[in-house]
Amino acid sequence: MAKSITQEFVKGLWDEIPPFRLVLGLCPVLAVTKSVENGLGMGVAVVFVLVCSNILVSLLRNIIPSKVRIACFIVIIATFVIVVELLMQAYTYALFLKLGIFIPLIVVNCVLLGRAEAFAYKNGVIPSIADGLGIGAGFTLSLVSIGALREVLGNGTFFGMSVFGSSFQPFTFMVEAPGAFVCLGLMLSMMNLAGNK
Amino acid sequence: MREIIKMIVVLTVLSSFSGGLLAAIRGGTKDKIETQQLLFVKGPAIRSILEGCSNDPIVDRFKIKDGDIERSFFVGIFDGKANTFAFESAGKGFGGDIGIMVGVTLDNDKIIDIGVTTHSETPGIGSKAKTDPKFSNQFKGLAAVELCKVKPDGGEIDSISGATVTSRGVCGGVSNAAEIYKRLKPQIAEKIKEFN
Repeated sequence: MAKSITQEFVKGLWDEIPPFRLVLGLCPVLAVTKSVENGLGMGVAVVFVLVCSNILVSLLRNIIPSKVRIACFIVIIATFVIVVELLMQAYTYALFLKLGIFIPLIVVNCVLLGRAEAFAYKNGVIPSIADGLGIGAGFTLSLVSIGALREVLGNGTFFGMSVFGSSFQPFTFMVEAPGAFVCLGLMLSMMNLAGNK
Repeated sequence: MREIIKMIVVLTVLSSFSGGLLAAIRGGTKDKIETQQLLFVKGPAIRSILEGCSNDPIVDRFKIKDGDIERSFFVGIFDGKANTFAFESAGKGFGGDIGIMVGVTLDNDKIIDIGVTTHSETPGIGSKAKTDPKFSNQFKGLAAVELCKVKPDGGEIDSISGATVTSRGVCGGVSNAAEIYKRLKPQIAEKIKEFN
């Protein structure tokens, strides 16, 4: 019955990749993917919070009464989010300024609550870590790929480095809000196309 | 009944642990965050005011208690002598407080330059107070012990067109800085000696 640790990890990268398959946690996906750097920073923050909260929820799963489990999950998640926020302020302030409000908003990200409820509350610590890492990596991968697409087309740069040279006319639409929706929609349709074969 | 007690106990213990952890981390990162904020928010203004100094003004800073609050002063060393410093004050602008960094030379009580640190003025109009050097250059060489006013109020500063309230706010901030300077000058002179 139990899947292997590797399977738990790998499922997050394709079968249950959060924004594309579970279609969860779309708010940061749309908002912070203006560049690869922002996407990566956000992704790393989410991986940290997800792994920590999964570990704790799984450790405490026999103590937490099921009637107040959501409240407990939120307390745990919120704690780690503030930890990330403080650490980011202390060590990567420039990134913190760019991500701004979306760091505290990780608290209400459905990916985290979803994993706590659907996985960590029912499984042991080791599979929960694997699940957290896998789903987190999938989330980061999605943010980075959307970020790359938008940054390359909309700004002509990748990680701040120029890709096409100075003759390139940036497709500014892509780095603005509507571009995020178009980009996400295209990616979703591609994923479905690839998955249905 | 037992279930309710269990819920209360679990939630209480969990919340207190979380509170404790956060307090510990906050305590541990407080100084670091303060330095980062100085570097990114006030740093650019400080550096442009004290341009050409041979030290790092953000490292060479001291604090003086002024009533209930502590003010930070950033020392600039020119030609091996520390007699110039920058500090922040605030004036009322159009969209809230405008933070103004003022650089003063201790020997002749003159303003060397000013710079806007934080503001919420109208982009493109009031925000010129921060970006337009023509406006901020007018403050260079003014006496740091006198109140400063825009021309319509009987002063000598040309206001930014369309942004009279912002210009008044900046002048108010510089005037506040003059008040602070007059009040704290003896302490500043005392502290700044340590950097010579």
